[in-house]
Amino acid sequence: MTTTAAAAPASDAALAGRAVLLQGNEAVAEGAIAAGARFFAGYPITPSTEIAEVLSRRLPEVGGTFIQMEDEIASIAAVCGASLAGAKALTATSGPGFSLMQEMIGFATMAQIPCVVVDVMRGGPSTGLPTEPAQGDVMQARWGTHGEHSVIALVPNSVEECYTLTVQAFNLAEQYRTPVIILSDALIGHMREAVVLPEPGSLRIAERGMPDCEPDEYDTIASTLDNILPRPPLGSPFKVHVTGLVYNRRSGTPDTSDPAAAADLGRYLREKIYHHRDAIVRVEEVEMDGAEVAIFAYGSVARSALAVVREARAQGARVGMVRPITLWPFPTQAVERMAEQVRTVIVPEMNIKQMSWEVQAAVNGRAKVVDHGRVDGKLITPEEILELVRPEFPYHRWEDA
Amino acid sequence: MSALVDEQRLEASPTRDPKLPRIKPHTTSEIKAHLRSAKTLWCPGCSNGTITRALVDAILGLQLDPEKVVVVAGIGCSGRVSAYLDYSTVHTAHGRALAVATGVKAADPSLHVIVAMGDGDSSAIGGNHFIHAARRNIDLTALVFNNSIYGMTGGQMSPTTHLGDKSTTSVYGNVEPAFDLCELAHAAGATYVARGTSWGYQQLASVIAGGIAHKGFAMVEAMAICPVYYGRFNLTADPAQFLKSQKEHAVPADKFAEGETRSHEHYPVGLLHHSEREEFITALGRIKELAREHGDG
Repeated sequence: MTTTAAAAPASDAALAGRAVLLQGNEAVAEGAIAAGARFFAGYPITPSTEIAEVLSRRLPEVGGTFIQMEDEIASIAAVCGASLAGAKALTATSGPGFSLMQEMIGFATMAQIPCVVVDVMRGGPSTGLPTEPAQGDVMQARWGTHGEHSVIALVPNSVEECYTLTVQAFNLAEQYRTPVIILSDALIGHMREAVVLPEPGSLRIAERGMPDCEPDEYDTIASTLDNILPRPPLGSPFKVHVTGLVYNRRSGTPDTSDPAAAADLGRYLREKIYHHRDAIVRVEEVEMDGAEVAIFAYGSVARSALAVVREARAQGARVGMVRPITLWPFPTQAVERMAEQVRTVIVPEMNIKQMSWEVQAAVNGRAKVVDHGRVDGKLITPEEILELVRPEFPYHRWEDA
Repeated sequence: MSALVDEQRLEASPTRDPKLPRIKPHTTSEIKAHLRSAKTLWCPGCSNGTITRALVDAILGLQLDPEKVVVVAGIGCSGRVSAYLDYSTVHTAHGRALAVATGVKAADPSLHVIVAMGDGDSSAIGGNHFIHAARRNIDLTALVFNNSIYGMTGGQMSPTTHLGDKSTTSVYGNVEPAFDLCELAHAAGATYVARGTSWGYQQLASVIAGGIAHKGFAMVEAMAICPVYYGRFNLTADPAQFLKSQKEHAVPADKFAEGETRSHEHYPVGLLHHSEREEFITALGRIKELAREHGDG
């Protein structure tokens, strides 16, 4: 893999460097184009549809391809095919479509196909609350496809992050040859904010390279955890074979009868992500200096949590926030650090306990974990979180906010 | 293990459609140069090796650059062809081959993309992708190995198992009528539809070559034999007898009367439908030109 500062197309340059009013979903689409994505396949679904709409207009302008497929299974399948043929590719969906995509997310994981899947979360299960935000897919993102595997999932909490994390998602996908999931939600996706987009050339863009060997040597060289070889595109002299079966990691040929080959592949697919956890995981810590109570919040809920931190600090209560930007791999180290410092961790989320279980496991009894879930499609307000913070400071005099 | 190459099969040669490329059978060593392995996991008597050879013969006959050939396959007995052929190959998930191939072709239109599928693969789990790929008229060659049964899982009925047939999931006889995959493809918009049999080797190679040469969605149904499951439960477990039945059942398309009743014991072979309309990737290219003008203006 090589890293270059790619020249952005002219219409991007026109946007860069000045404040523009963008919707979260539009920012994902523009971020994808800036990252070099030239293929999108998708199926309309609320609240992600704007990503498809924008890319149907923008991709052909930059020589890319937009295809509206017959369903979400076909969408992610076409994305896999386009990526194998050398294009940076993405799809976007919401809960019901994300469920359908799990099959081919597993294929992309097994076959090590770089691609980006955007899930703009809405209330579920099933058709659920199509227009309302939720965070009920965070565990589906981790474990939705069958079998042992690892995954990278990023959670934007602003329009600007919809843009920057989409660029980062493509970089991670290329670097680790894996699907990367962006977990947006109906609030983040539909919200409009003024954002200043980066200047063309200032973004780090990971390009797919070619292996530094002759075609006849390719089948004899295996990637290592620190040197993940790029796969040549279909239609090259390398004549690669790509399969969803367990395969020999050197030749790529199916090998389902050798337990050692299966173990080697299975462990490699997990470790190629977890070995690089420190490089992949990003966490934002706000007012954690001297914090006695921490709020662990991600995505749109972190916006309410931030308001609580500001209010509490203004009133002299030492409250901080730990906001995972990377949800998977789970930011275990940051949570452990937090657990050593604070007496209470509050975990507000728009689901019931999905990440709070994970937080509890990492905290491991070192602090009290208070979970707070909502599944009614309504946002968790700062007032709600503040009500959870107050009892943790029994001797503090709170003024009305 | 059955070998992919069987010289005797080459001798059988039914009527050739004059509109199709004539494919001269290549030697075994020429064929083997396009294989990663001539060892397969297909059962003795299986016709998948014959169909695979016909595909290679077609590719050789058309003088395609092997580096520009991509075979995208589904899951099932037919899907294994991806591992045996020495091209760029993708062994996808069950039913998803055409959807994956759509992305491959769109990302690199210079590639010759051949999509190998089984009957259940293409018309049950992948049925939605099948009709939509045909509707788009995307330049792919769908090669369906139709053995009227799920072989890999041990002989369950598929959408091309005939009414009354026995299988491990229709032990009292199948109550569902079968799809005619060629008519399904035609109705969905495929612009090249042809059928061959594993008995009629040269015609099969010829209709495959015609499909690859066609610019648009080409559906080639290869009537396969599965003596081990389908044959044993229904017709005959003897591969030679099974092949002979194809000779009796297959009628050259030009001798098949308009409106004549079709059945699994009486069906047309050769080029069945052929038309021209704008191909999907070409249309996308046209859209890109429009978008660029729009972007510039």
